[in-house]
Amino acid sequence: MSREKLAVPELAAIDVKGLTRQSFIARGALTAGAVYGLGTVGPFVRQAIAQEGGGDVEIVNFALTLEYLEAAFYQQALSRVSGLSADARELATTIRENEDVHVKALRATVEQLGGKPVKAPPVDFGSAFSSPQSFLKLAQTFEDTGVSAYNGAAPAIKSKEVLGAAGSIVQVEARHAAAIRALNGEQPAEGAFDPALGTQEVLEAVQPFIKA
Amino acid sequence: MKNGSMEELASDPSSRKRFLKMMGGAGAASAFAVFLAACGDDDDEASPSGNAMADQKDRAAAGRDLQIVQYALTLEHLETDFYNAVIDSGVVKNMKLADTAKLIRDAEQAHVDTLTGVVKDLGGTPTRPKTTFDSVLEGGEMMVLETAAAVENLGAAAYLGQAGRIQSKELLAAALSIHSVEARHAAALNQVVGKSIVPDGAFAKPASMDEVLPQVKPFLA
Repeated sequence: MSREKLAVPELAAIDVKGLTRQSFIARGALTAGAVYGLGTVGPFVRQAIAQEGGGDVEIVNFALTLEYLEAAFYQQALSRVSGLSADARELATTIRENEDVHVKALRATVEQLGGKPVKAPPVDFGSAFSSPQSFLKLAQTFEDTGVSAYNGAAPAIKSKEVLGAAGSIVQVEARHAAAIRALNGEQPAEGAFDPALGTQEVLEAVQPFIKA
Repeated sequence: MKNGSMEELASDPSSRKRFLKMMGGAGAASAFAVFLAACGDDDDEASPSGNAMADQKDRAAAGRDLQIVQYALTLEHLETDFYNAVIDSGVVKNMKLADTAKLIRDAEQAHVDTLTGVVKDLGGTPTRPKTTFDSVLEGGEMMVLETAAAVENLGAAAYLGQAGRIQSKELLAAALSIHSVEARHAAALNQVVGKSIVPDGAFAKPASMDEVLPQVKPFLA
């Protein structure tokens, strides 16, 4: 595997072993229905995915890395943050459940594309759990960054089914973001348009929380 | 990108082209140029690619993009008119909610301004629906808030439903940047009216034009 062919070379810093360069679907029909709620895709789409699996695999693995991070963040918060309000606890639980589902779905998507899902990175959220305020502040950053990461990566996705899944997920991340912001006494959105972030910027933003 | 510069973009065509290029990258910008060249001319000249079928596909896709933007613009006009009507009526008595309505209205207006510019850039005449919300306003504050929540959720689903149909990468990037903001509005309003922030669970459901248009018909005069 040559690094310059990777659409997202920064991913190698997170998990080199997880990426494969298979360009055909090893398994049967892409069960997009499981991920996106559509019917089974037709043979042309399956073939198209098979030919273009490389770029999409990397993008989905990038999203998967973020989802692992968020899932771990909320899971840890629920057991480590003392003094969480009932509302905050309920929201964190909902978000955590959603992120767990996202992790499963994105892993399955990578496999359906003929790739290998990256593993969950070891994480360390430092003093984020020292108070509900610090937890909610970082939660807002993660959710807002997640939205911008998906918005930044999505236009490069080749498969319509994978794009649909990404859109479906980013909408939920945006909903999470709004709810966290409400708990922080903030408005649901920063402006009229959510910014898109490049992969490099996102990885730099989350790197502090990923143990080397 | 700062919100203030979005308002500038709405009124400045060359800024808008730069914005669209920035959102989508170099490859998509040249696809735009091919489309503009193809659409601007009725003559049977040799196409840049020399492939009549590819040009026809490009033209069809660009036509579809224009249709999608007009559709989005219609929905954004609906939302803006709705919030303006709500604000003007004073039916929302809660100060904090009234402020939220103003902020959402400002965002929807920005969407209208930007999408209006995009339609013009694509060579179309921007739609401007006539809207009516009398029956909603007569229903009182709770009815208004529930309608606001319903409209935002529908708007988010509508954008999601079009994402896979958009040809231009820049347009897709712009649509996504609006889609997630509508989702934020939807979640915030769902909280206000006591609904789940994620009514579809972990995966938001898309809605097609055929599903959306009947639901907004009551508000079209």
